[in-house]
Amino acid sequence: MTVVDVRDHDAPTVATGAPAVVERIRPRALRPLDVGLFAGSVVAGGALAWLVFFRLTPMGGGLGFVLGWWVASLFVYRTVVHRHLGRQAATDRVMAVVVGSAAVGLFVPLVLILFFVLQKGITALNWGFFTETLEFTGPLSPADEGGALHAIVGTLQQVGIAVVCSVPLGIMTAVYLNEVRGRLRRPLRAVVEAMSGVPSIVAGLFVYAMIVANSGSIPVIGTVVSWLPFSGRFSGVAAGLALSVLMLPTVTRTAEEMLRLVPGGLREASLALGAPEWRTALRVVLPTARIGLVTAVILGVARAIGETAPLLLTAFGSASLETNPLEEQSSLPLFVYQQIRSPEQAQIDRAWTGALVLILMVLILFSLARFFGARSKVARR
Amino acid sequence: MAVSESAIPVRDEVVPEQPSREPATLVASNVSAWFGDRKVLESVGLEMPARTVTALIGPSGCGKSTFIRILNRMHELVPGASLAGSVTLNGIDIYGDELPPTETRLRIGMVFQKPNPFPAMTIAENVLAGLKLSGIKVRDRDALVEECLTKAGLWNEVKDRLKASGGSLSGGQQQRLVIARALAVRPQVLLMDEPCSALDPTSTRRIEETISELQEEVTIVIVTHNMQQAARVSQQCAFFLAAENEPGRIVEAGPTEQIFEAPRDSRTADYVHGRFG
Ligand SMILES: Nc1ncnc2c1ncn2[C@@H]1O[C@H](COP(=O)(O)OP(=O)(O)O)[C@@H](O)[C@H]1O
Ligand SMILES: [Mg+2]
Repeated sequence: MTVVDVRDHDAPTVATGAPAVVERIRPRALRPLDVGLFAGSVVAGGALAWLVFFRLTPMGGGLGFVLGWWVASLFVYRTVVHRHLGRQAATDRVMAVVVGSAAVGLFVPLVLILFFVLQKGITALNWGFFTETLEFTGPLSPADEGGALHAIVGTLQQVGIAVVCSVPLGIMTAVYLNEVRGRLRRPLRAVVEAMSGVPSIVAGLFVYAMIVANSGSIPVIGTVVSWLPFSGRFSGVAAGLALSVLMLPTVTRTAEEMLRLVPGGLREASLALGAPEWRTALRVVLPTARIGLVTAVILGVARAIGETAPLLLTAFGSASLETNPLEEQSSLPLFVYQQIRSPEQAQIDRAWTGALVLILMVLILFSLARFFGARSKVARR
Repeated sequence: MAVSESAIPVRDEVVPEQPSREPATLVASNVSAWFGDRKVLESVGLEMPARTVTALIGPSGCGKSTFIRILNRMHELVPGASLAGSVTLNGIDIYGDELPPTETRLRIGMVFQKPNPFPAMTIAENVLAGLKLSGIKVRDRDALVEECLTKAGLWNEVKDRLKASGGSLSGGQQQRLVIARALAVRPQVLLMDEPCSALDPTSTRRIEETISELQEEVTIVIVTHNMQQAARVSQQCAFFLAAENEPGRIVEAGPTEQIFEAPRDSRTADYVHGRFG
């Protein structure tokens, strides 16, 4: 402001005095020409594909036509850009479109799944779905009767138990693998890798044999397990343990990758300050990798939350609310599985609503994890 | 908190008013070093007296970093690294049983070439990180933060944003933050491995000023590729050189003026006058 005042005094009232309106150049901004070229190419490509698929050859529509459209558009776009802007720009633009369409292509199935589940699940979605159970709901009750409260509670508890078991263990194992670098590193990594290949039904069978069907007949282990309050019967805890077997390798592997991304210079800096190695891992490496560790937990939960097979062998399922995880419990995947097998439309509708709620639950959990993981007392740049 | 039974008294708290520990003399004798089977240093002996800035110069790859890392037991962290010889801090063997490695590194701080503030901590937390990481309690954190940042020549620039991330500073500021962090644990010796080689001239000058100011309270050993810098900040200089396929050695060491103006070895003269390296 002051600068302008001074100028006003000295300079005569010619153009120099007024702050000139400069035209800003944005070389990377999208110009109408770019949009026009692209849109034109898509239209031309569509016409070309239409000609080929419906007029010249009897190939007909469907996926082939879409693919043909895409290829033809790319071809036209390349040619046109080449004309106007040269070879380099043409390659550049075409690559951008290829990569962009891959991203869009990835989006399509996701959106379709969401849309499909939403469309089918919304019919039986009402408040009662979250507050009622199937305790007093028979096979012939209408879809707006009964709910999945018991299944939601079961899923939350079982996944919670799995998280509590596998996240500390997985992160500690990752610290061992990447920070302690002990002798057992190689065999341990091989075990973790092998574990990630364990089919979920096998994990369920394992917990079934060790805990649910434990009669104390296996020497030592069987006896020790029989002291546990959930030994010898179906329970939510057994389900949580089966899920944690599935989560553990995912959490461990991802956490290890994330710890590997922490620059070695930070470890050196910490050690050079006189820190013992365990404090370096705890106070420097883990906090630095925090967001990555949240991702590890998210991926682990994602692996576990939709599992159905191991739950059949461990939680067993139930139609009524059971908040004690030491007892038989339901869960959302079990709920969906049991309802969808029915011939009754009302139950099928309920199954879709269960699937929708499961997806929503995953979305909410992930958003929360992202939110709390990204937040910290250290202000970002 | 950690090692109260140790023969060496360990400070269980640092009070900012308390005068810092006396700078100490560091003596390396007959130091050799290997990475795996490859010998990279051969019988290096050097005395780094208290209240003196010692500059280590020489072409790259001649073992300066290896040597300076041996001085605070960082060398052994590289898998397969080994060494021979001895290093004493005021007469105490730092590789003996008397000093645990963590205590050694607490007394002999280090600043690296690449600034490495902890990104998950604020500026203030970064300064206090050494204390937190070695379990030392402080009575007046704020005063200590101010004192160390002032000594490192950074206080005026960051006093209004102590709660910002250490990563939000410029490279030169980050390096000064790292120096403040190293000073907060009150080391007797501060090792600096090319602290300015990634920095702009202004930041470099600030750090050189800081080095001169710190000289009375902490023994400084600095590796530098910049001859003018060595001449400006150091009183003593050691010239390292490694012949092809041979381990590095000290060719000549002595008062800085002598090394720069009347070197005894012709290779030293060639190097300081920029004729090779
Ligand atoms: N981590 C390492 N593993 C194997 N060799 C190394 C390692 N670090 C350094 N060296 C070798 O040791 C020699 C001395 O290196 P360094 O001390 O870094 O030299 P300077 O700091 O003087 O440039 C070099 O030949 C280098 O290749
Ligand atoms: Mg070096």
